[in-house]
Amino acid sequence: MISAAEAIREATEQCLSADDRVYMMGQGVADPKGVFGTTLGLAQRFGSERVFETPVAENGMTGVAIGSALMGRRPIMVHQRVDFAMLALEQLLNNGAKMHFVTNGEHKVPLVVRLIIGRGWGQGPEHSQVLETVFASAPGLKVIMPSTPYDAKGMLIAAVEDDNPVIILEHRWLHAVIGHVPQEMYRAPLSGQNRMRVGDDVTIVASSFAVLEAMEAADLMAECGVQADLFDLRAVRPLDLTAIFESVRRTGRLIVVDTGWKMFGLGAEIVAQVTEQGFQHLRAPPIRLGLPDYPTPSSRGLVGAFYPSSQGVVEAVGRLSPEWIPRLRPAIDTIQTRRAKLPVDAPNPAFRGPF
Amino acid sequence: MSQDDVPQEGLFFDMLRNRRVELEISRRYEDGEMRCPVHLSVGQEAISAGVCRAMKVGDQLVSTHRAHAHYLSKGGDLKRMLAEFHGKATGCCGGRGGSMHIFDRDAGMLLSLPIVASSIPVAVGAALAMKQAQTHSVAVVIFGDAAVEEGVFHEATNFAALKQLPVVFVCENNLFSVYTHLNDRQPDLPLQRLGAAHGIRSLTADGNDVEAVYRLTTEAFERARAGGGPSLLVFDTYRWLEHCGPGYDNDIGYRTEEEFQVWKARDPIERTRQKLFALGLLDEGSEAGLNAQIDQEIAEAFDFALESPLPTSSEFQIYA
Repeated sequence: MISAAEAIREATEQCLSADDRVYMMGQGVADPKGVFGTTLGLAQRFGSERVFETPVAENGMTGVAIGSALMGRRPIMVHQRVDFAMLALEQLLNNGAKMHFVTNGEHKVPLVVRLIIGRGWGQGPEHSQVLETVFASAPGLKVIMPSTPYDAKGMLIAAVEDDNPVIILEHRWLHAVIGHVPQEMYRAPLSGQNRMRVGDDVTIVASSFAVLEAMEAADLMAECGVQADLFDLRAVRPLDLTAIFESVRRTGRLIVVDTGWKMFGLGAEIVAQVTEQGFQHLRAPPIRLGLPDYPTPSSRGLVGAFYPSSQGVVEAVGRLSPEWIPRLRPAIDTIQTRRAKLPVDAPNPAFRGPF
Repeated sequence: MSQDDVPQEGLFFDMLRNRRVELEISRRYEDGEMRCPVHLSVGQEAISAGVCRAMKVGDQLVSTHRAHAHYLSKGGDLKRMLAEFHGKATGCCGGRGGSMHIFDRDAGMLLSLPIVASSIPVAVGAALAMKQAQTHSVAVVIFGDAAVEEGVFHEATNFAALKQLPVVFVCENNLFSVYTHLNDRQPDLPLQRLGAAHGIRSLTADGNDVEAVYRLTTEAFERARAGGGPSLLVFDTYRWLEHCGPGYDNDIGYRTEEEFQVWKARDPIERTRQKLFALGLLDEGSEAGLNAQIDQEIAEAFDFALESPLPTSSEFQIYA
């Protein structure tokens, strides 16, 4: 049992050991903090040719990574926040995503870009964006959002071994999550969902940190007699929703819980595909949960209502089936009691930031 | 480098071939068979010829939207290039790239990219890979004068200097970004100062003097190959035809016929031609032979392009 941060570090170490074409670069990968502990000690072990700090030049360094990947190297780039990588979109979308296609399959871009999603502790509007659909809108990129320590390691290894550019959106609050992680160098697939809970009453599809909220909701609803079929989306692109289509055929109800914005969000694509594919199976209009239509505020006085919560998931289930609302009351009471003891702006009461 | 080390006839041939290819593209453009933008290099032939003749097998070239001459000088396949412009399955990108994406692994043409300066860090990345793999090859990136206005030029040159990578930055300064003159885009200062600001050895030479281009690049490549780090080479030249398309456009008002005539008098091909005549390396008979040889190759390549099938696949594999 180790944390996701340790799992990421272990995966990177195994990839660097297994293939000398793999190298890692980014701001902070060789510094004393080691990107929230995820890269600690790797520069010491593998040397400055394999693990190195970069100039503060996101687009340029992404171009460098792509150029080296075209020549057969396997770079891992790390950005401490998704928001900084906006400067690299030109290279990622124009060159990273397209070189395999435009050269008629001749070029390959085996590139991994780790992007960390910030939340809480006053991060504010430009240290907290998810922007998963920005990356997901580009054919040619792979986009993944692991939520468990097992996937954090296994998907990173699979990404490094994949011959395509893979964007990993890694939630800061998931770094501390503890879970079972095998020691060996294993791969977790870069497509398809994890079924986190099995049920016949409502299908819930959550991504990244929202998976944790949805799991709490699902477990408490189960105690109330409402069984959710809960999926951790994991892979945004390629997006294979076969298992979700099957689930909605059984439950007739769909809730999508995004970590990013609701408007034009991931949920919009999922709901659109489910509706196109199986409109006749839906007993109620699908519900999308996600961030409201404004940027992330900094103050803890403002973020409480900003993020989708387990309570919001339970309430959404109530909207889909109003006859369940009385039954679900204990679930909401439990959540409210638990949350009253927790900070709204930190992953746990001990968290002291600063970043 | 002695006079004997300069491949005068080869340089002349490359320039002549590029000129005649571009003029034939220009002449045939109205036929409507090349249904893509074309950015012709007429007048700028000395740079592609001089730079590419100095490159070796294993070296990688990265280019821009104006890539035809670079590709051909680097040993590219004229048939596959023209087929690409014709949108044919036999094109160097199978019809997926068009004239602004030219790629050829065999020729060492890593890629060309139409977004200004986007190619520069990619070349630096290729150089990083060469250094990591210890191949002793060189990455060369040719770009225009506007590219140095982009942030990634500075990001890429800074990193290349920091790591002393085997990359040579070649700025093909033709004075215009589309219709906008250098004076409307940059202060009146030498372009090579921008490389020097990053600690990169920066030199300039007459971009219409193919021998000067060849000498400077050869020296820069040898230096990079020996671990001496990157260079920035600035070559001034002039584009005779419009930015994009087959014709002259001195009449539309962004530059003058007089300015064009000044540059035309510095025609890199005519200058080399006269030198070769004076050296006894070329006469009217051998020149006619070269023209005929090139024109036959061009005619065959156009026939190949025209006769090749259009790609028909509707299934695209976006992942490797």
